[in-house]
Amino acid sequence: MKSRKDGGDRLFQAAMMGFALIIVLLIVGIITELTRSSMLSIKHFGFSFFTGMTWDPVFENFGALPFIYGTLVTSLVALLIAVPIGVGTAIYLAEYAPPFLRKSMSLLVDLLAAIPSVVYGLWAIFELVPLMRTNIQPFLGKYLGFLPFFQGPNYGVGMLAASLVLAIMIVPFIISISREVIMTVPHVYKEAAYALGSTRWEAVRSIILSYGKTGILGGVILALGRAIGETMAVTMIIGNNVTISPSLFSPGYTLASVIANEFTEATGNLYLSALIEMGLVLFIVSIIVNMIARMLIWSVTQKQSTGTTLKPRAL
Amino acid sequence: MVGYAETIHRNDAQTASAIKAAFERTRSYRFWKDRIAVYFLFLCAVCVLAPLFSILGDLLTQGFSALNLDFFTKLPKPVGESGGGMANAIVGTLILLGIALTVGVPIGLGAGIYLSEYAGSRFAFVIRFLTDVMNGVPSIVYGIFAYTLFVVPMKSFSAWSGGAALGIMMIPIVTRTTEQFLRMVPSTLREAGLALGAPRWRVTIDIVLSTAKGGIITGVMVALSRVAGETAPLLFTAFGNRFWHSNLTEPIAALPIQIFSYAISPFEDWHRQAWAGALVLIFIVFLINLIANYFVSRQSKMFAGRK
Amino acid sequence: MPIEEVMERQLEINPQAVSKTGESQGLTQEEIKISVKNLHFYYGKHKALENISMDLRPKKVTALIGPSGCGKSTFLRLFNRMNDLIPHARIEGAIRIDGKDIYGKDTDVVELRRKVGMVFQKSTPFTKSIFDNVAYGLKILGLRDKEIIHQIVEKSLRGAALWDEVKDNLSKSALQLSGGQQQRLCIARALAVGPEVLLMDEPCSALDPTATARIEELIFELKKQYTIVIVTHNMQQAARVSDETGFLFLGKLIEFGNTDKIFTKPDNPMTESYVTGRFG
Repeated sequence: MKSRKDGGDRLFQAAMMGFALIIVLLIVGIITELTRSSMLSIKHFGFSFFTGMTWDPVFENFGALPFIYGTLVTSLVALLIAVPIGVGTAIYLAEYAPPFLRKSMSLLVDLLAAIPSVVYGLWAIFELVPLMRTNIQPFLGKYLGFLPFFQGPNYGVGMLAASLVLAIMIVPFIISISREVIMTVPHVYKEAAYALGSTRWEAVRSIILSYGKTGILGGVILALGRAIGETMAVTMIIGNNVTISPSLFSPGYTLASVIANEFTEATGNLYLSALIEMGLVLFIVSIIVNMIARMLIWSVTQKQSTGTTLKPRAL
Repeated sequence: MVGYAETIHRNDAQTASAIKAAFERTRSYRFWKDRIAVYFLFLCAVCVLAPLFSILGDLLTQGFSALNLDFFTKLPKPVGESGGGMANAIVGTLILLGIALTVGVPIGLGAGIYLSEYAGSRFAFVIRFLTDVMNGVPSIVYGIFAYTLFVVPMKSFSAWSGGAALGIMMIPIVTRTTEQFLRMVPSTLREAGLALGAPRWRVTIDIVLSTAKGGIITGVMVALSRVAGETAPLLFTAFGNRFWHSNLTEPIAALPIQIFSYAISPFEDWHRQAWAGALVLIFIVFLINLIANYFVSRQSKMFAGRK
Repeated sequence: MPIEEVMERQLEINPQAVSKTGESQGLTQEEIKISVKNLHFYYGKHKALENISMDLRPKKVTALIGPSGCGKSTFLRLFNRMNDLIPHARIEGAIRIDGKDIYGKDTDVVELRRKVGMVFQKSTPFTKSIFDNVAYGLKILGLRDKEIIHQIVEKSLRGAALWDEVKDNLSKSALQLSGGQQQRLCIARALAVGPEVLLMDEPCSALDPTATARIEELIFELKKQYTIVIVTHNMQQAARVSDETGFLFLGKLIEFGNTDKIFTKPDNPMTESYVTGRFG
């Protein structure tokens, strides 16, 4: 009797463990499959793949630099826009908003996160891009046109439009993680700041931001990971042009969008292999970014970090 | 030491007046800064919500005006002809989600059970970390993976490969929510089951899983809603199809792919249909989310009632 | 019948006994630092404090005692308007500090809180250096003169009897200090902005006996300069450090007067049962 139970238990446990091991297998599988499939390109181009500026399917000469540039620029500009707005919104929701507004706005932010990428892209094509062409870019060109970032022809589509839509898409992440972090700041510390004669803003700034900065940074890095890998919306409005231009008005290209656009049209093994190598790059970058972000967020939830120190001064 | 005390004493009045002076000097500045901060933070929230309202507004106006019976019953018309619908894409998306469920749920559920009921802390830590990593991997990478794993050996784009790509993406979410909800089941319940002489696996299935059922369904729904709108992993797996698929080893149409190709097309009528497709897609996603919310509130009520 | 129920009944039967105590004891304007008049306080519909009147004398230690949940912490937090942060909180009556109604329309809360410092039950060092913790209140004022800041920091740390222990390590993180040191750091931080009143909300409840003794010594020193209101659940502590004591029960001020009198021959039998340890 007893041994029969043990057998059933052992079988069940082994089966469940098998499922858990599939997760390990999947990760290992992704790495080996992607590496194997991009071997041709890796061997052929070596490190020059990352410095090459040409992308020529006809002569099978592939360099990824313009795509890496486009990915980094759009992601960083998106962060630049989304971080202050997202953290600001999180602070507003956690500290200022009246309860009814807090509830309904959190719901709306969740809604924002649930909208599929392709719908963002659709909206961007018909709302954001015309707005860029007629209002935003002429405005920027007029007042900030002396900067190299806001020069050149105004198509509407381009890196700035892609950055904006990315910003809209990663903002819900930043808000929800920042909110979680802000909630972990003990109330009594805010009270202590108030008791010393802080205004509300001073308390928010010195307590919430200083306690929460590590966790918020983790959230920001996580959002960066999302932005780097985001495909559809960017593909639909970045202009898909292999170039490196300092101007944000200029059309560009990202790693993810070139894969999306050219994968099924890739003639020749080297072409396909080069595209898969870009996928491998995205995968590795996403793992690194996630590791950093998780460690930062864990360090906050484990214990409060020790703070900044002031240089000692003789009294 | 005496001399020191005197210095301090002499400075008492000075420091007090310095504090007072500083307070008066910065008083209105601090007041206004505090006020402006409120408006700025509120403005941030408005900036976040403005695109949402614009998108929802467009979906309702553009999407609804393009919706008709044909949209749900007809196939796409050939290039240049107006009319037609996305019947095949709607069905295709549902089929893909069905395949995703059959791939993603058993693995996610099993892994979640293992993490909560059996795993040692170190192994659980590794798996948890890997699910976090999986969650952060760009969806297009899953597309490439499914392509090399299924499309290349089968020599054809297929519904299976697309569904599998979506299913793999569901695994981390299902695993984590299953684990999380199983952990919330009080250990006294398990002990009560074991005390009745039931083997552990029966206790896990009959008592633990059924207690946390609502939470697990929530996790599955959340995962499903996340992949329902995914396009990138389908581009070179399901591939899309302008006709009905005859079996699952062939390319299959999917709403997100159809929206994508119509949106970037030069035809006015296709743009309209893209909006209609987006409306239907959003409806599906929100519906799944709604189901998730229903089950999570039921589950939390259940756990609350237990205490 | 449990003693608390007896008391509740007594409160119902004889409200006169309550309202009589706590009235002004005929002090002149200069002898009153804080004056509380017919104070009621509500959380939404729940009445937390009822009709409290008392006068607190300058440069004295006033202790508020009573069983937990009696409203003594709530009451203390009204003196620097800390309860403003709680939604649906409502106050009736008046609290005057130096004759000025702190709930009046023209009161600047930020200025009030600078004048009325507070030390919490749990020490609340900010994740900054020891120096920056003490200088925090000055920095937000925009005080830039480094010399003066350093002087005030030193003076405050000396005032909180912490200087000798930390003077060589001012740039060390405040979180590395011991619990008792952290609490004294919080006192120093409160002193730095130049308050006149110090509110202490069970400042020793998380500390060991040695650290508690140090804080009590410190309170004795501080009252030479500051008006101190301390909430404590420890009756021995109230008897040791305070000049006057108020006993609160169920949101009402049962008795208020000279500490010796409260602890030796209180007027109200409820006070007597509480201070002799028969309940609470």
